[in-house]
Amino acid sequence: MKRVNSKILLAPIVDNNPIILQVLGICSALAVTTKLSTALTMCIALTLVLACSNTLISLIRHHIPTHIRIIVQMTIISSLVIVVDQLLRAFAYEISRELSVFVGLIITNCIVMGRAEAFAMKNPPWPSFLDGLGNGAGFSVILIIVGTIRELLGSGTLLGHVILPLTRNGGWYEPNGLMLLPPSAFFLIGLIIWVVRSWKPAQVEAPEFRIQPAHNLTEVGR
Amino acid sequence: MIESPQTMNHSVSNRKILGIALAVCLVCSLIVATAAVTLKPLQTANQLAARQRVLVELAGLNLPDSSIEAAYRQFDVYMVELDSGETRQGLSAENFDLKQALRKEEWSSPLARTDDPANIRRKPKYLPVYQLRNRDGSLGTLILPVFGYGLWSTLYGFIALDGDLRTVKGIRFYEHGETPGLGGEVDNLGWLARWRGKVVFDDNWQPRIELVKGNVSDDMPDHQYKVDGLSGATMTTRGINDLLKYWLGDTGFGPYLLRLRQQHSNKGGNNETS
Repeated sequence: MKRVNSKILLAPIVDNNPIILQVLGICSALAVTTKLSTALTMCIALTLVLACSNTLISLIRHHIPTHIRIIVQMTIISSLVIVVDQLLRAFAYEISRELSVFVGLIITNCIVMGRAEAFAMKNPPWPSFLDGLGNGAGFSVILIIVGTIRELLGSGTLLGHVILPLTRNGGWYEPNGLMLLPPSAFFLIGLIIWVVRSWKPAQVEAPEFRIQPAHNLTEVGR
Repeated sequence: MIESPQTMNHSVSNRKILGIALAVCLVCSLIVATAAVTLKPLQTANQLAARQRVLVELAGLNLPDSSIEAAYRQFDVYMVELDSGETRQGLSAENFDLKQALRKEEWSSPLARTDDPANIRRKPKYLPVYQLRNRDGSLGTLILPVFGYGLWSTLYGFIALDGDLRTVKGIRFYEHGETPGLGGEVDNLGWLARWRGKVVFDDNWQPRIELVKGNVSDDMPDHQYKVDGLSGATMTTRGINDLLKYWLGDTGFGPYLLRLRQQHSNKGGNNETS
């Protein structure tokens, strides 16, 4: 694989991660990560949709009139999402029930639209496909980390297998109920962003404004 | 009209825009339709299997050495006419599809807003009930279908009553679109287990069961009528309260349950005939 292509594939995993750098796709990251199994299914579904939508949009990018490009992208993305949803209902019924509306909500996932508009409209199909895979992988890495932590600390299980026996089932672990609620995913993603930005300070954004130092404290005080 | 420089460069005519839009829509609808049609049989089979499993589990028939289908065959299934409470022999319960029935004039009737606490819009005329008999022929378990609106979606489920037609054996929802982790906790087995042994009717056979805020301990007054509500899911909890009142009351299975009780007292718990 050419160097450029491998960069397209790998950059979104840490250096340009859609969740922790671009802060996109947060909705599903909060919603489906109470369990690792749903998080994994969401990762596969999103990566599939993203790679396919990028490829298809890139294939017809010269024919898409600029006036209606967004709605054309939306049409392609929503069709793919419906197909994925139907496939899940046919072959993974239980998981599709747990994911409920969130598979359908891939349509509104900013990552998919963002990559279509920012990359696939301007690049050939193969790099677009890799870009889709890479961004899907970047999304997946974060979802899997968050899903693992939330399921382990919230329910004491991983993929349904008991790791930390709960006190209510006669074990020793008192589960952290907060981990089952959406805000915990916010905290975890925040912590991941903190860790990654300490490790790669280039990701730290310049502050949008600075508060002017007060020359005379009495003016500011009261 | 001043055209933007971009469109002048591309010199895209309206005809081309329409053509592309039409082509994209056609191809996409073809893909979606193909997927939906080819996968439909598998999905329907999944739904049916999920429903049968729920029924079997509710009745406690899910033994490790027998299949769900075999266990399901132990049920006696009757179609009940809701308004009269009579069972209808001529109607097949096997092919009954609730959602289709709710769309058809001859199978359901519209409800006025004020008569519709469960928010179901249309009330089916007939519904299947599932009976399981004890060895001596007396009624062991009665499972009734219930449904009603929660926060986002209609919850479809079953409530299983013991032979006394008063005590809850279990409750399960086989289809809903409530928020996972909040209203979606209606699937939580720990919560579902709290229903066992609760009493749905008071001494005058009026529906009394209620989801309440906070833990329900055994020393509370009327604790047999109360179940711990779902925390963080007020609307789903309210929906379940409303749908149980509706389906257990005179508006729902009330007439049928009355008939069952009368038969029970007349014949000393012998077989139901209609």
